[in-house]
Amino acid sequence: MSEAVIHDHDSHDDHHDHKPTGIGRWLFSTNHKDIGTMYLVFALIMFFIGGAMAMVIRLELFQPGMQYVDPQFFNSMTTVHALVMIFGALMPAGVGLANWMIPIMIGAPDMAMPRMNNMSFWILPFAFTLLLSTFFMAGGAPAGGWTMYPPLVLQLDHGFPFLIFAVHFLGISSIMGAINIIATVFNMRAPGMTFMRLPLFVWTWIITAFLLIASMPVLAGAVTMLLTDKYFGTAFFNAAGGGDPVMFQHVFWFFGHPEVYILVLPSFGVISQIIPTFSRKPLFGYASMVYATASIAFLSFFVWAHHMFTVGMPLTGELFFMYATMSIAVPTGVKIFNWMATMWKGAMTFETPMLFAIGVLFMFSIGGFSGLMMGITPVDFQYHDTYFIVAHFHYVIVPGIIFGIIGGVYFWLPKWTGHMYDETLGKWHFWLSTISVNILFFPMHFVGLAGMPRRIPDYNVQFTDWNQIISLGGFAFGLSQLIFVWVIIKCVRGGEKATDQVWEGAHGLEWTLPSPPPFHSFTTPPQVTDATAHS
Amino acid sequence: MSDSHGAYFIPEPSRWPIVGSVALFISFIGGGIMLNGSGFGTFILGLGIGAVIYMFCGWFSDVIRESRGGNYNKQVDISFRWGMSWFIFSEVMFFAAFFGALFYARVFSVPWLGGEGAKLATHMFLWPDFESVWPLLTTPDMSMEGIESKFTAIKEIIPAWGIPALNTAILLTSGATVTFAHWALKKNNRAGLCWWLAATVALGLIFVVFQAYEYVHAYKDLDLTLNSGIYGSTFFMLTGFHGFHVTMGATMLLVILGRSMAGHFSANDHFAFEGVAWYWHFVDVVWLGLFVFVYWI
Ligand SMILES: [Cu+2]
Repeated sequence: MSEAVIHDHDSHDDHHDHKPTGIGRWLFSTNHKDIGTMYLVFALIMFFIGGAMAMVIRLELFQPGMQYVDPQFFNSMTTVHALVMIFGALMPAGVGLANWMIPIMIGAPDMAMPRMNNMSFWILPFAFTLLLSTFFMAGGAPAGGWTMYPPLVLQLDHGFPFLIFAVHFLGISSIMGAINIIATVFNMRAPGMTFMRLPLFVWTWIITAFLLIASMPVLAGAVTMLLTDKYFGTAFFNAAGGGDPVMFQHVFWFFGHPEVYILVLPSFGVISQIIPTFSRKPLFGYASMVYATASIAFLSFFVWAHHMFTVGMPLTGELFFMYATMSIAVPTGVKIFNWMATMWKGAMTFETPMLFAIGVLFMFSIGGFSGLMMGITPVDFQYHDTYFIVAHFHYVIVPGIIFGIIGGVYFWLPKWTGHMYDETLGKWHFWLSTISVNILFFPMHFVGLAGMPRRIPDYNVQFTDWNQIISLGGFAFGLSQLIFVWVIIKCVRGGEKATDQVWEGAHGLEWTLPSPPPFHSFTTPPQVTDATAHS
Repeated sequence: MSDSHGAYFIPEPSRWPIVGSVALFISFIGGGIMLNGSGFGTFILGLGIGAVIYMFCGWFSDVIRESRGGNYNKQVDISFRWGMSWFIFSEVMFFAAFFGALFYARVFSVPWLGGEGAKLATHMFLWPDFESVWPLLTTPDMSMEGIESKFTAIKEIIPAWGIPALNTAILLTSGATVTFAHWALKKNNRAGLCWWLAATVALGLIFVVFQAYEYVHAYKDLDLTLNSGIYGSTFFMLTGFHGFHVTMGATMLLVILGRSMAGHFSANDHFAFEGVAWYWHFVDVVWLGLFVFVYWI
């Protein structure tokens, strides 16, 4: 088991690798594709668990007054929905795509540190067992919001240490995963695969990995201080002892804002692969895409307090964070225009991945614009903690990030399984999701501007109409995702045989391997030239 | 086995990652139950930590065996280098959170509570008699008559120019000795390597012993505890995590010392030594920050 081998090009043929079998193949895996698959399946399961919580929220909010759940449980739903979706669905889905695709895209046999890769994955199920077990403890699950602000979060009873330890555990996983990705890209590239020839998905992931390494330890520090404040008598977030509850918010959002880009950059990477493929043109402005992504990541460390405009900061702080936040719109705009220019005069076709990518382009922009509105400090004073912010970040996350990930799954599913997915069902999935997601989130802008607060199980009767429409959109969106599961199962089990290239306009190393690729991707490093490089 | 095309190293399936995940899981469950007030949790925590140590021993002995078996080529070496550097960077960011807390308290929260800047109203409403000073010996809630504070007042703080200064000298010296060990290794001078490494470990241990003595002194004589407001909080969390890292670093150095005595390293192939040396320098640099900002100014 611990015996190591050296694989070279003549140790076995492409199609005849010795795959480990049984449960051990998954538990002890050192294979980037198997680990990637586990990440993606785990993310999908967590997507439905978090989604079920969202359905409970929308059910309760279908009418004013209290119907189905008590306020404490409602607050647990909003809190744990966020934690599950962010740390359980979005991040693992991004890492899953990275695991599957990065070694193939750069011409490597596997990740740089395959055993550590396995540990990064296997931590996740255990970490979420810790987190979700709090539902069965005295005092219930965390209910003070996913941001864990003290002093409210300190009121959590027996679940408290488990919440903190789950965050620590997830942090360990993310940091190991990020280190692995950096080591892989820096060190495992095939000859000729220079940095400026890397597919953009790889670029977005290096930058994401850097953000993870820089921000997750800060989150770990913040929650450690919460833990010692509750159990060991420290006074970090207690003004009576000279600390400040607002200090937690600063430390938390120093992690929290880069986290937003940790979630979104992989999705940007995916659509930067999809859009050129179905436009049958190289990506417009490749270098500017790289620089824009890097500047977004850099700036993301200097904008955190835009989450805290209303909690009280010196005026200079408010102004600084307002201008810094606005400045992020510049590199983001560069990216949006580059994607549009890529499509300009392209020979476009609209297969499901392309539809999702275009969906990202339009609907992420809606979330981006509402973000600009809230970045303006005086305006934010009105919107803060209303449904407007809920609309904003859900536009960014659902049609911005989840659509990107789903688009990536459709894009690469034929490569992974060797079969084409059902295009008709894929289109149904796209259109139903797109229509329902807008019914779900767009009216939230209206109720938010009218003053409906977030994280409240009951509301003024004047908001009833819109909330019913929102809830119906929510249920429709939830149901539409079942199509996705069906498409995946169908595709794994069979279907039209996929070619190596899969898509007519696809370029890059991943499309030179058979579909599905051999167990060890590249056992001999391929030589990369400008002609075979992605862009 | 390698040829002109180059060869890749991929480890075979390994049970250590899942053992590690389960071990950490058990530790966290134990820690959680313990903090919820059950002694049974302490037992589980102990079990979990034991399992974590078992995982480290098993995983690293595999790695050492592979390395001894000549399976690691230049590429694996570079992967390890990237891995270790970024791991150290993540540790730097972990300390940054606590340094951030210290600076925030010193620059913002304590002066604000004392009525400086834009927060005069807070001061007037909460503790109008509180005066902002650093080191903060008495907490804001002690400034109010008739209210029992949940914190303890500090009698005296630990001056920089006693044990802390001595510890600074010790750690800086240990940074030099580990470099001498490296020079000896590069000259294939095994005896020199081992002696300088042993000196480094010894200095590390002396540091930890001094630190432990200082903690006992702080708790018993000075009433400086985790529970003495923001000064005690930042003091113990920063020095405590640092002390833990010194202990880890010294343990790693000890393993490297054992491997050096067994003749595992050669002048041009000794990443394990270098990785641990980097870690030791990192611990050293963090201490300098602590000495300056926690003890001195
Ligand atoms: Cu932000």
